[in-house]
Amino acid sequence: MSKLDLLQGTLDLMVLKTLAALGSLHGYGIARRIEQVSGNQVLLNQGTIYASLVRLEQRGWIASSWGVSGNNRKAKFYSITKAGRRQLAEDARYWQRLTGVMDRVLAMGADGSGEPA
Amino acid sequence: MSWRLPRRVGAFFTRRHLDRELEDELASHLEFAIEENLERGMTPEEARRAALASLGGMTQAREKHREARGFMTFDIFLQDLKYTLRTLNRDRGFAAVAILILALGIGANVAVFSVVNTLLLRPLPFPDAQQLVWIAPPPTKCGLSCATYSTDAYDEFRAGSRSYQDVTGYFAFSGADNLSLDVNGTPIPATSIDVVANFFQVLGVHPAMGRLFTPDDARDGAAPTILLSDAWWRRQFAADPNIVGKTFDMNGRQTTVIGVLPASFDFGAVFSPGSKVDAITPLDLYGPPRDWGNIITFIGRLKPGVTLAQARQDAAAVAPTMCWNNKQPQSCGSYKDQVVPVPLKDYVSGRLRRSLVVLWSAVGMILLIACVNLSNLLLARATARQREFAMRTALGASRGRIMGQLLTESLALSCAGAVLGLGLAYVLLFWLAHQGSIALPLLSTLRIDGAALAWTVFIAIAAAVLFGLVPGLRMAGGNLHESLKDSGQGRRHERVRAVLVVTEVALACVLLVGAGLLLRSFVRVLDVDLGFQPERAAAVKVDYDDSAPTFAARVQKRSAILQQLLARVSAIPGVEAAGISDYLPLGQNRAWGTPFPKGVRPPDKVPAGPLVYVVTPGYLRAMGTRLRGRDFTWDDGPNSDNVVLISRGYARFLASYAHWPNDDAVGHIITNGGADLRVIGIVDDVHEENVEGDPGWQIYYSALQQSPTGAQLVIRSTLPPATLANSVLHVLRELNPKQPAAEFRPIQTFVDHANSPRRFFMLLVASFAGLGLFLAALGIYGVISYSVTRQTQEIGIRMALGATMGRVQRQVLGGTLRLAIAGIALGAVASVAAAKLIASLLFATSPWDVATYAAMVVMLLAVAVVAGYLPARRASRIDPMVALRAN
Repeated sequence: MSKLDLLQGTLDLMVLKTLAALGSLHGYGIARRIEQVSGNQVLLNQGTIYASLVRLEQRGWIASSWGVSGNNRKAKFYSITKAGRRQLAEDARYWQRLTGVMDRVLAMGADGSGEPA
Repeated sequence: MSWRLPRRVGAFFTRRHLDRELEDELASHLEFAIEENLERGMTPEEARRAALASLGGMTQAREKHREARGFMTFDIFLQDLKYTLRTLNRDRGFAAVAILILALGIGANVAVFSVVNTLLLRPLPFPDAQQLVWIAPPPTKCGLSCATYSTDAYDEFRAGSRSYQDVTGYFAFSGADNLSLDVNGTPIPATSIDVVANFFQVLGVHPAMGRLFTPDDARDGAAPTILLSDAWWRRQFAADPNIVGKTFDMNGRQTTVIGVLPASFDFGAVFSPGSKVDAITPLDLYGPPRDWGNIITFIGRLKPGVTLAQARQDAAAVAPTMCWNNKQPQSCGSYKDQVVPVPLKDYVSGRLRRSLVVLWSAVGMILLIACVNLSNLLLARATARQREFAMRTALGASRGRIMGQLLTESLALSCAGAVLGLGLAYVLLFWLAHQGSIALPLLSTLRIDGAALAWTVFIAIAAAVLFGLVPGLRMAGGNLHESLKDSGQGRRHERVRAVLVVTEVALACVLLVGAGLLLRSFVRVLDVDLGFQPERAAAVKVDYDDSAPTFAARVQKRSAILQQLLARVSAIPGVEAAGISDYLPLGQNRAWGTPFPKGVRPPDKVPAGPLVYVVTPGYLRAMGTRLRGRDFTWDDGPNSDNVVLISRGYARFLASYAHWPNDDAVGHIITNGGADLRVIGIVDDVHEENVEGDPGWQIYYSALQQSPTGAQLVIRSTLPPATLANSVLHVLRELNPKQPAAEFRPIQTFVDHANSPRRFFMLLVASFAGLGLFLAALGIYGVISYSVTRQTQEIGIRMALGATMGRVQRQVLGGTLRLAIAGIALGAVASVAAAKLIASLLFATSPWDVATYAAMVVMLLAVAVVAGYLPARRASRIDPMVALRAN
């Protein structure tokens, strides 16, 4: 099975959720975490994570600071802000609605019948 | 997301720092990945390769990061700009030609915009200038004489009107050099204007130094005071900072300088274009001017909120109560319907609106031609660069990116052109602002201001888009495979270029026709029979003192002085005729009522009277004005019959009421306010007010029977008048040591001055047309030359198959002419439409003047042939062998 191409905007949501779940994390950690959780199904150029991070930071949803990792390596650590949590809740709701709708549309039978909403 | 914008802007300015941070982040990212891979048991080399692979390319990560943090476009723009400057530097010839063309087009536009802005768009240089109105009768043919009011009328109007904060005015009949400043015994001539004391308060002008006039300064018998213009203060008084309060001998009276006017105030620029005014003096409303009749122009400042329509109504209500002279009840009501306020701005520059709009359109067309030319040049260049762009597309550049690159190039060119053009405009405007002799208002205030700069930026960008768009779309939309295969899209481009050239020729055609029509009008104006012959005649202002207690004694003294003076001047070798008049044609003027045939009841509505000239014997001959009947003699004095000469037009008017044999006025008596005047001769109608209008009516009185206002000595010579200047001035000085060093002015300068606005517009439009023609020629040459280059092989084959050189040449020239003829045909149609627009600017020339159109066609064809001949010659010299081997 080939890997999934990420839809526009989904990476931002994944990053927010990862930071919300795991607290402060550096870029590599976030990327690896997403890969692990997805069971390596996502086609992630790890480099694109940094574009996502700068975008989220500019919007004020995450904050960053330089720190030292467990194995004593200098790295930039990101954490989610209050505004980021709000945004995450909102985006997650939206995403769940969308997937719900997609499920129903795709479950539609040949006669146009489907599970009622 | 707008609140993200500041951070994005910030990101642009801190991009170095952000880049460095990203580098650090990516480095640590790699280290984490390598470490993890090593733990999984990879070799160091494998670990590194796998880490890089999962990162997905450093460069891409960087690009994405920059894109996300914002202003990628600006980054790209800077990149494109760098690239543009490199390519243009490589192709310097192209860059130079393109920038020069744009500089000419933009420079002309900025200069004309400044003129239009100064004359039409910008308010007059006074605070709340929109409140200022000029109050005058509806336009008539007697000019300022009919635009003025008496002092009694002024008082009544000022008291009776409710629309104005205040009303002021100035004495309309001051001549040039009416002031003589005595500097250590040497009289220096200067020009001053008498104004009503509240003049500057109404206009809202504050002195740069000292104070303004108060009503006391204008009181009868007040000590003489004067305000200096900034220019005169600098020139004559060496910008003396302590000048206020000093007194000088002016016109023989100790006059106190009470202040210096600001440099921004130029009386001539606003109220009497093309003349300089050195100083302002207060007008004594209640002294002698009371009996001078209509002498004051009215200028009012409306109360805030009062509309022009309200002011008009108000004026119409007040007018019937105004008297020409309060002591003559029958003169009351004579101003009915003769008092109409118009915005001062309209009075100053309203007449020029049409001319300026035409001028503006002309430069607009120049810019269009320049843009078309640039489009053409860029297309030719783009064709040569086709493979470069195809390569970039193949390497992944998007269409937008290539478009952006091309527009950046256009923008860089047009900005360079704009900078150079701004320089050209600055030089042109500086020159124009110092052309004191052009009778256009406000010219001296011309400068490049904020509005002009904004306009420059606007047209630079507009031009860049205009000329960059077509080649940009062409290139970016090109077919990748075609270009890489080098079969090219030459032919398709060529069609576009041909259309562009036809457009260009058509535009040039319209400009040429416009310029041609204006030129022809100008020539016609020069041919107008003025009623006098300006060639070889010159005038100089003469000072003499005829003061005496009684009128008879004054006349006696004057007669002696003038006779001696004219005898001496006539004796100068080369002087053919000499005479004196107080006023000259095309200068200031006045009217003294409307004399009517004796014994005939005048109609209820008598038209405004003839303009008055008080002259000596010989004046008409010196001016070259033809006379039927007899001239004045020195015997036409106070003790003989009062005699007059009248103009032919006025004689015809009088004859239509009188029952004279053969309708001939000569020998008959006309009366003016009870005084009998015998008509002794009929003279030619003289253009006294302007060259282009119909001549008005004139009446000439003898200088020994009326009181002349000053004296202008006119001499007619067999030599160029200027050569006599010294000997004439020498004679005048001998007779009167107080004679100022007045200017010796050829009569032609009066005519030139009157014609200067037409000359100015004609010259500008003609030079724009010349520029347009040149650009069109360049365009034709470019296209034909390029098409010859492209067809080298084809031509080579045809020559190998036996085509002669002549045939090849003819073919190329034929192609050129086809383009030119298409352009001319299109242009001729457009010209007919445009000519209608300028019809009102033409003089004795039809907007469909066949000769002009024919000349335009011939000129354009000739230019096209020349432009096509060079490539044709090159085509005919093609060596078939070389051409065929080339590919």
